[in-house]
Amino acid sequence: MSVPVIEADQSGPNTSASTRGTPLRWMLIVAGVFALVSLVRILTGADDLTSAGALRAAIQAAVPITLAGLGGLWSERAGVVNIGLEGMMIMGALGGAYFTVEHGVVAGILGSILFGALTGTVHAVTTVIFGVDQIVSGVAINIISAGLAAFLAQAWFTGLEGGGPTQSPSLPRPPAITIGPLNDALNELSAKGWFVISDLASLLAALTRNLSLLTILAFVLVGVSGWILWRTAFGLRLRSVGESPSAAESLGVNVYFYKFFAVVMSGIFAGLGGVYLVLVSGPGYQNGLTGGLGYIGLAAMIFGNWRPGGLLIGAGLFGYTTAIRLRGGTIELHALLLVIAVVLIILALWQIYRGSVRRGLITGGIGVVFGVWFATTESVPAEFTGMAPYLATLFVLAFAAQKLRMPAADGQVYRKGSAG
Amino acid sequence: MSTVLKKQDVPGGDVAVRVEGIGKRFPGVIANHDVTFDIRSGTIHAIVGENGAGKSTLMKILYGVQPPDSGTIELNGVPTKLKSPSDAIAAGVGMVFQHFQLADNLTVLENVVLGDERRHGIGNKARARIRELSAAYGFGLDPDELVQSLGVGKRQRVEILKVLYRGARIIILDEPTAVLVPQEVDALFANLRGLRDEGHTIVFISHKLDEVRSIADEITVIRRGTTVATVDPATVTSRQLAELMVGSELPSPSTEESTVTDRVTLSLENVSVADVSGREVLSGIDLTVHAGEVLGIAGVEGNGQTELVEAIIGMLKLSSGTITLYTTAPQDKSGNGAGGSADGPAREGARLAHDMTNLSTRRRRELGIGVIPEDRHRHGVLLDSPLWENRILGFQTRRPCGSGGWISRGGASRDSVRIIEEYDVRTPGIATTARALSGGNQQKFIVGREMSGDPSLLIAAHPTRGVDVGAQAAIWDHIRRARREGLAVVLISADLDELIGLSDTIKVLLRGRLVGTFDPQQVTSEQLGTAMTGAGGAE
Amino acid sequence: MRVVQKLLLGLAAPVLALLIAGALASILLAATGADVGAFWETLLKWPEPRNRVNIINSAAILYLSGVAAAVGFRMNLFNIGVEGQYRIGAFVAAVVAGQAFLPGALNTVFAILMAMVAGALWAGIAAVLRVTRGVSEVIATIMLNSIAGLLVGYLIKKVGVRTGNSISTKEIPESSWVSGIPAVPDAGGAEIYGLALLAVVVGIAYYVVITYTRFGFDVRATGASESAAVASGVNVKKMIIISMLISGAIAGLIGMPVLFGQAHNYGSSFQVGIGFSGIAVALLGRNNPAGIAAGALIFAFLSEQGNRLNILVGISPEIVSVTQGIIVLAVVIAYTLVRRYRRRLEQAAVASQLAPPTAGTDGKDGGPGQDPGDGPGNGPDAGPGDGPDLAKSPREEPVK
Repeated sequence: MSVPVIEADQSGPNTSASTRGTPLRWMLIVAGVFALVSLVRILTGADDLTSAGALRAAIQAAVPITLAGLGGLWSERAGVVNIGLEGMMIMGALGGAYFTVEHGVVAGILGSILFGALTGTVHAVTTVIFGVDQIVSGVAINIISAGLAAFLAQAWFTGLEGGGPTQSPSLPRPPAITIGPLNDALNELSAKGWFVISDLASLLAALTRNLSLLTILAFVLVGVSGWILWRTAFGLRLRSVGESPSAAESLGVNVYFYKFFAVVMSGIFAGLGGVYLVLVSGPGYQNGLTGGLGYIGLAAMIFGNWRPGGLLIGAGLFGYTTAIRLRGGTIELHALLLVIAVVLIILALWQIYRGSVRRGLITGGIGVVFGVWFATTESVPAEFTGMAPYLATLFVLAFAAQKLRMPAADGQVYRKGSAG
Repeated sequence: MSTVLKKQDVPGGDVAVRVEGIGKRFPGVIANHDVTFDIRSGTIHAIVGENGAGKSTLMKILYGVQPPDSGTIELNGVPTKLKSPSDAIAAGVGMVFQHFQLADNLTVLENVVLGDERRHGIGNKARARIRELSAAYGFGLDPDELVQSLGVGKRQRVEILKVLYRGARIIILDEPTAVLVPQEVDALFANLRGLRDEGHTIVFISHKLDEVRSIADEITVIRRGTTVATVDPATVTSRQLAELMVGSELPSPSTEESTVTDRVTLSLENVSVADVSGREVLSGIDLTVHAGEVLGIAGVEGNGQTELVEAIIGMLKLSSGTITLYTTAPQDKSGNGAGGSADGPAREGARLAHDMTNLSTRRRRELGIGVIPEDRHRHGVLLDSPLWENRILGFQTRRPCGSGGWISRGGASRDSVRIIEEYDVRTPGIATTARALSGGNQQKFIVGREMSGDPSLLIAAHPTRGVDVGAQAAIWDHIRRARREGLAVVLISADLDELIGLSDTIKVLLRGRLVGTFDPQQVTSEQLGTAMTGAGGAE
Repeated sequence: MRVVQKLLLGLAAPVLALLIAGALASILLAATGADVGAFWETLLKWPEPRNRVNIINSAAILYLSGVAAAVGFRMNLFNIGVEGQYRIGAFVAAVVAGQAFLPGALNTVFAILMAMVAGALWAGIAAVLRVTRGVSEVIATIMLNSIAGLLVGYLIKKVGVRTGNSISTKEIPESSWVSGIPAVPDAGGAEIYGLALLAVVVGIAYYVVITYTRFGFDVRATGASESAAVASGVNVKKMIIISMLISGAIAGLIGMPVLFGQAHNYGSSFQVGIGFSGIAVALLGRNNPAGIAAGALIFAFLSEQGNRLNILVGISPEIVSVTQGIIVLAVVIAYTLVRRYRRRLEQAAVASQLAPPTAGTDGKDGGPGQDPGDGPGNGPDAGPGDGPDLAKSPREEPVK
């Protein structure tokens, strides 16, 4: 029983050091998993696991999750839980589609920012200014947004060519980058099926063909968010209101301003996630197109321990499973079971080596279950793959809670003048 | 009014802080009115007053957290309007709050530079400056350490560092010693004297008179929201200060002749409790309380008092030991524990022993334990519920509030009326929410409730903390009456005079252990204080 | 006087919210060039008999959903997962009833019980995660909602029967159907679901349990102050588990009226989203049994009337869900403000009724009116923080 506690204790003094070491460690882990996937591909013949097409689809699926997750990151770092991300994403999608129809792609992107920001402002006004419960506000925003988007879609898109009461016309796409010759060479290399090298080539091939500028923007925004939040005075203030608003106020930080700003930013990011759906993922707006992606974004952020790098890994993982499922890769999905089994068993051995025998055994047991599942079946139902993001998040919350560090005042209502 | 004390010359120069005619009201209450005093530059100036006299409100006004309704503040001769803490910081005022204002998940550096990032940035320059300050004052702080991993003493140093980092010349400390152990108090005082000698002006708020007299150059006394005198610590006695604080009437806790019986009511044997990290917060506690006895537990706060209460009422699990409650039969129908021999109606001396070690809090309370909790807002009342519902709290299973899974609204209401009358709870009625009552009236209601249902044991943790003088006297009376009626009482208090005045026996709790037993008839505050700090022990 | 004032304050919030929502909806309609007058005319027209039946039917369903959410809300437990529990419950009942292990009405009763068990167990996952691992029930139930949808989709494929393009569970034998109540005359054959009575039963049970039982008191006490509840002997972990199970069991009932009264199987056409509407209805009704009923009727009325908007005046019925959402948002804001206002009012009233307001005499120790910020423990001098004095006793001897 005392084992996890001791670990938690150690994390205290060591944290600053281990935080610095984290990116490298995570890169090694990602590289290791990549190699494992490559090995599994060769062993099982599930070639689509790392094909350029699958990886391109995975990136495309990961971007809206990433953007929604970033929205969650900004808001929750300032201490405001935002389950209205889903609604903000819908409004972003609608605004993006409407302005693209009227004035082109650039206006569309700006429109999604505007609509996202407006929806974020609603959440900010209710939670920050009025001090309403954040969950309640989020639920209400999701209800309003779904209705409002459908209502406005009917008002705006009915009668347009290719549009209708529930969907926008087909929209032009933002510019994308293709590096032709390099891409061809990489595809050739990828076709060889070599261990790791071909997989790496596929990844690069996925990145060198038809790479949307919006995709690039999304990844840049992850880095920029991390830099602002952790490397600037502004970010320090924003995080401080999520950790201890009364301490911040006692030092002259305007708590309401930073919370308000963070929540509006949250809406903007979710809105950008929405515009990505209408401009890059699909041909245009249609009702219900987010399908819970806002929640998956939230899940990715929690999975990633309220950090930009972590949420990127979470979004990548969730995007990847979605892509594989949507491509209908029966063998590939089945092969993923083996990957999960091996990862869990390695993790279990690591935990046991570190002294957490009980947790190691639990992890190992789950790993064995996945292994048996792999060995005794031929395919995985698509629904189960769909559950992966949610299950993964629940497992992380249930079994790695000690390692998670959410902002201390997350979800709490703060009233001005409460310092001291 | 007692002796008028002559103000004497004190070290220090010009007036750093001049407060004139400050008033502040909240709905229904005047927190401050006509507060007027001067603080000289380069001195340590103490502000003392009873709990609730308006000290903290005044300090929040001085730091710009709350605006005053009337009056003026001059800082270094300049009239200043403080609209927010930023204004105060800009004017060179820093504040160390009683409840530390620190973000646990941030590093020392981040906590210190927050809000003042322009001074040295948030990077290496700031880090170097923090190291420099930390070394200069012997704080021993690592800028990159997470505040979460710091102890109380170090946290306070981070708070002081925050103030120094901003170059504050006027430093306000609100009850800085409340959470410190004696060694830490000494270190803090040394730091404060050092700061004063460098020319800082220190405003020191406290109600611990001995401390105040040892550290302050001047003392201003606040009573009922207003300043009543400024005195010289060298010539004033604690007694005189106390009289200034409460006016001339000084209630005194004192017991009459002993009512201690030989009937054991509560016994703890070898009780130990570990916290989440496995550290023992209570170790090998053995104690016995008899019917009609008040057992006082003395100790510096944070030495296991809270845990002792929670262990007895079952909110904390024991890591070892047993807790037994003896009641007069038949107290409890289900007849838990020994003494099942059906010897008819209750007789004096027919005692039932209940091994409570593994019982739930509810079962323990049903056996007849009343609790006056340390933190009444958190543990004693439902602030936004009406009084009659608060009557039910803790008595859900017992008449007249409930029986057999049902709640009796009528019974609870009627009994609330009784409590309000018997215990002089000043309230418009039983439908008033607990929040609307003053602290003293809330506490009287709690005392009345916990005395209901014929308890065998009363646990009173800081029963008069934060209540006015009148309520304090009433609560002391109720405890004395309970003792006369044969209740066993465990009294935990930081107020040594309260302990000495009410207890039949006093035990001292130090670092989770009982380190001494004293006879209150003979012991002095000084002797107890020595035992509480671990400097000596007695048996 | 005070009772009237209290009542007015209580009603002010919802009325204000309805007005604000109406105004915003009008502005939205006007901005998109719709006929605002026609909108209100259509929306507020007294419904036809068959529409009245529909309103009662959907209000009953919404009421069940609202109570399911309210049970959790009462103790600050956010069961966002009513939607998932509802779907799991309805699906299980449909499968069980379709199998017809028991004859006739027994089959119905058994299936309904199984729906409650299934809903409760699904909610129980979140409860166990919360109690043993400290996982926020908000996040857990959001995740479980999505998982429930996918799981039911998968299981229907496994056990369902295919008719044409759609797939659903096996039809329930006719002997187990629950016939409707022809309570509204001239409704053209439309009847109130027999199992709509479940809403009445649940409502009464909820009222009695919350108001008059020890369990109900413990729930409310835990919601009001968890720490005080623990100190009073409430086992909060147990309470979390039990109330989550109850919440889930009621959520399991949501699908029953339609399942046994109309659909007779569970398929892809089964209504979704009722769980979220239930949360809204519970918020609107302040978790109060009668309040939720009013909220459910308002929501059902708006939805039913909204259905005619498209046909009659060419306005998208989605404007109704916008309005519903705004009502909820406006009402929670209004409740928050009213609560703060009421607190101040009461503190001032108490202070003026009692001794003259002077600090020190009556203590200003976290007492009346010192809650300018309104957050917990932020009174200017929150009593418990202040330690006692060393100098109240004459035994204190002068030093020096």
